[in-house]
Amino acid sequence: MYDKLFPPKKIVLPSGTTVLQKRSRTPLILLILVVCTVLSADFTGFSFKLLFTRIHQFFTIVLAMIPPDWSSLSEIWTPLLDTIKMSLLGSIIGAGIALPVAVAASSNIIQSKVITFISKVVLSLLRTLPTLVSALIATFVFGLGTMAGTVAIMLFTISYVGKLLYEQIENVDMGPFEAMESLGMTRLQAFRFAVMPQVLPGYISTSLYCFEGNVRYAAILGFVGAGGIGLILNEGIGWRDYPAVGMIILVLIVTVTLIESISEHFRKKLI
Amino acid sequence: MNTIEKQLAAAPRNQRYLWTIAAIVAVLFVWSLTAVNLNQIEQSGLKIAKNIVYGLTHPDTELLFNVSKQSVLYLLLQTVAIAFLGTIVGAVLAVPLAFLAASNIVPKPVSWVTRLVLIVIRTVPALVYGLMFIRVTGPGAFAGVLTVGLTSIGMLAKLYVDAIEELDTRVLESMTSVGCTTFEKIRFGIVPQLLSVFMSVMIYRFDMNMREASILGMVSAGGIGAPLIFAMRSYKWDQVGSILIGLVVFILIIEYFSNRVRAKLVKG
Repeated sequence: MYDKLFPPKKIVLPSGTTVLQKRSRTPLILLILVVCTVLSADFTGFSFKLLFTRIHQFFTIVLAMIPPDWSSLSEIWTPLLDTIKMSLLGSIIGAGIALPVAVAASSNIIQSKVITFISKVVLSLLRTLPTLVSALIATFVFGLGTMAGTVAIMLFTISYVGKLLYEQIENVDMGPFEAMESLGMTRLQAFRFAVMPQVLPGYISTSLYCFEGNVRYAAILGFVGAGGIGLILNEGIGWRDYPAVGMIILVLIVTVTLIESISEHFRKKLI
Repeated sequence: MNTIEKQLAAAPRNQRYLWTIAAIVAVLFVWSLTAVNLNQIEQSGLKIAKNIVYGLTHPDTELLFNVSKQSVLYLLLQTVAIAFLGTIVGAVLAVPLAFLAASNIVPKPVSWVTRLVLIVIRTVPALVYGLMFIRVTGPGAFAGVLTVGLTSIGMLAKLYVDAIEELDTRVLESMTSVGCTTFEKIRFGIVPQLLSVFMSVMIYRFDMNMREASILGMVSAGGIGAPLIFAMRSYKWDQVGSILIGLVVFILIIEYFSNRVRAKLVKG
């Protein structure tokens, strides 16, 4: 289509043959990008004037957070530990459930097309649902508190680990599996001894990575009443108690960085 | 003992290490169990769960398909606009930061400080930025754009840095040897190497920003989150159903196209 509108340039080489050079698509892509940007700016009420006249407000808030209020530290520990517990529990249970679901979704292990299709659809639906939304729904079912947060994190972990795991299982070398099946093992046994050893490092590494991300997610779940550090974070901003907010953010940064470096250490060891 | 058994016996054994790790994980698991408080589950929980399932399967189709300013379609478009513009803002701001954080371009201390700044930007939850920007621009989609832009910077810059540090310098050396100017080196040596990676990262982030933008409404920063939370708080599960169905379908469509475009970019 594009090539018909803008015919390719003809170049005659010194040897006499002519070659066609396709016109660059860059102008078209740029045009589309610019149009989309202008439309979105119009749609969202983006204005540089407002931005430049009021942006100092943002930095006022940031500066109000420094120095953080160290005396509020004692009130942070319990919610922080709650956050870590929530993400830990959700990640462990979720990763555990993800294994059977991923097996059910991989087309080389399960032969029934219906089961793999349903499992894949369920996984992608769960993955699309933002964690905060599932947490919100969970607060209605399980009441306010850490239980709802744990459930939300668990659902996300199932979808994330499940998706990456079934992709791994589907790409696994099926030779050993077939060999074991031909020796008279059941499919389950063959899976245990032929496929598991191949995917196990990837599985654990994905779960660890997911846990890292979950600590971040868990930090905001308190905004919808699902427990953890988000609860006091929301309160702090609501009361404009910025030094306390600064302290919470500082603690959060330290915790997240610490957990990330521990998990990175183990993930490097696995691969 | 035949060769196979010998080989088996020669395999490294780190049982003790594995058991220690397993024990630590088990202890952590039990410790985290204390966070769960089952007696908080109210009797009404089950009934609400039933209502939710009913609402999800019987969505409010009028809300889903009409074309007023409260309709799901309009709000979804607004969410996309927030995500798109936010991605553009973030992508532009991330470029200088990425070059400042690349250890093969700037001295070590500079890159180290920039990396620290990026970690801080990345760790602060998006909703906190949302609440801060509302003080700047007032509630609405504009605050959402700024929030999405700022949160994107962290991840975008981090992935940009990886691309910059993997730059093939041999190309630049050969260009120097044939006498290219600095500008030519940047235009024909560096930009082609980085552009496709940057684009691919941007599209991936746009994908994530869709999800980000859809929850920003909960702090009244525009998008579909606000009507979602209102509908939930007033137990209108059929509306919740229609909003969620619209959102999920929309995100899946965008994910499908972004995957295709990215696959094309990677293949070249």
